Amino acid sequence: MRGALLCLPILPGVIAFGAAFGTVAAQKGLTFAETLLINSFVYAGASQFVAMEVYGDPLTWAGCLAMIGVTAAVNMRMLLIGASLRPWLGQVPGIQTYPSLFLLTDINWLLTLRQYNEGERDWGIYLGSGIFTWTVWSLSVIPGYFLGSLVSDPKVWGLDVIMPAFFVALLVPLWKGRRQTLSWAVAGGVAIATWYLFGGYWGILTGAVSGAVAGAFLDD
Amino acid sequence: MTDAVFSVDGMFLLAIAGMTAVTYAMRAGGYWIMGRIPLTPRIHRALEALPGAIIVSTILPIALKGGVPVMLCLVVSAVVMAWVRKEFIAVVFAVGAAAAMRGYGL
Repeated sequence: MRGALLCLPILPGVIAFGAAFGTVAAQKGLTFAETLLINSFVYAGASQFVAMEVYGDPLTWAGCLAMIGVTAAVNMRMLLIGASLRPWLGQVPGIQTYPSLFLLTDINWLLTLRQYNEGERDWGIYLGSGIFTWTVWSLSVIPGYFLGSLVSDPKVWGLDVIMPAFFVALLVPLWKGRRQTLSWAVAGGVAIATWYLFGGYWGILTGAVSGAVAGAFLDD
Repeated sequence: MTDAVFSVDGMFLLAIAGMTAVTYAMRAGGYWIMGRIPLTPRIHRALEALPGAIIVSTILPIALKGGVPVMLCLVVSAVVMAWVRKEFIAVVFAVGAAAAMRGYGL
């Protein structure tokens, strides 16, 4: 329950993002049932949008493989996010954690991470925020699918900055000194370089890994 | 048309299954690997540095793509957060700043 409460500030962002996906799916000619299925099962916003870019009707084997491939590329960062949860969720039996990892997203990872850094050790926070976010996400696609034009321009309301602003806000308490400054500079430099060279989402992966390596070898 | 609303293409179902499978493999995979690797102090420090590095690597390209208005909003968010230490308030201010700037046509 407390986990769900933590999600309230980013709720408008989740709804706008989910509804936008519903609109895109409708424009691409997905049926309502197909939209619900892809949205609730894959449950990874950015990768769903990218997959819609390569989707074409009728879907061929190549198209199907392309959708799976881009999804893997965009969601590669989950490997790292999951890895960072190990020290916390590692105390809980695997039969409980592995199903709950299906609910892992950037949003609830960030939220619970902040609580963890403040001394919280109850993993129910992670579970609660995950279930809540998933439910909201799954429902938000419905109005988007049928009333697309209503949220056609979330930018006017500034809704598109919710996620990045939230990321920045949660970065602030993580800063403790020189070690963070240096490892973040490494991460940022590599991420931007990768982004310029290759575009897409590879920068998250290369930047995060180099930042972590830098952090491992830096002394305070 | 009405019965088409609830129909699902077989090939599309396969794509969903594949996408779900790879995404879950990523979600659980990193966590699983870390359970197999001994948690040396060095690895521990790397895991500690990982969240900040992920956040920085995620937002910098977004900020560059968004241009000056988005960067300003992110600065607003960071400043408010450093000041009041409540992420909710920081996000509200940042969104307000974005809406205001776009209202003035920036």
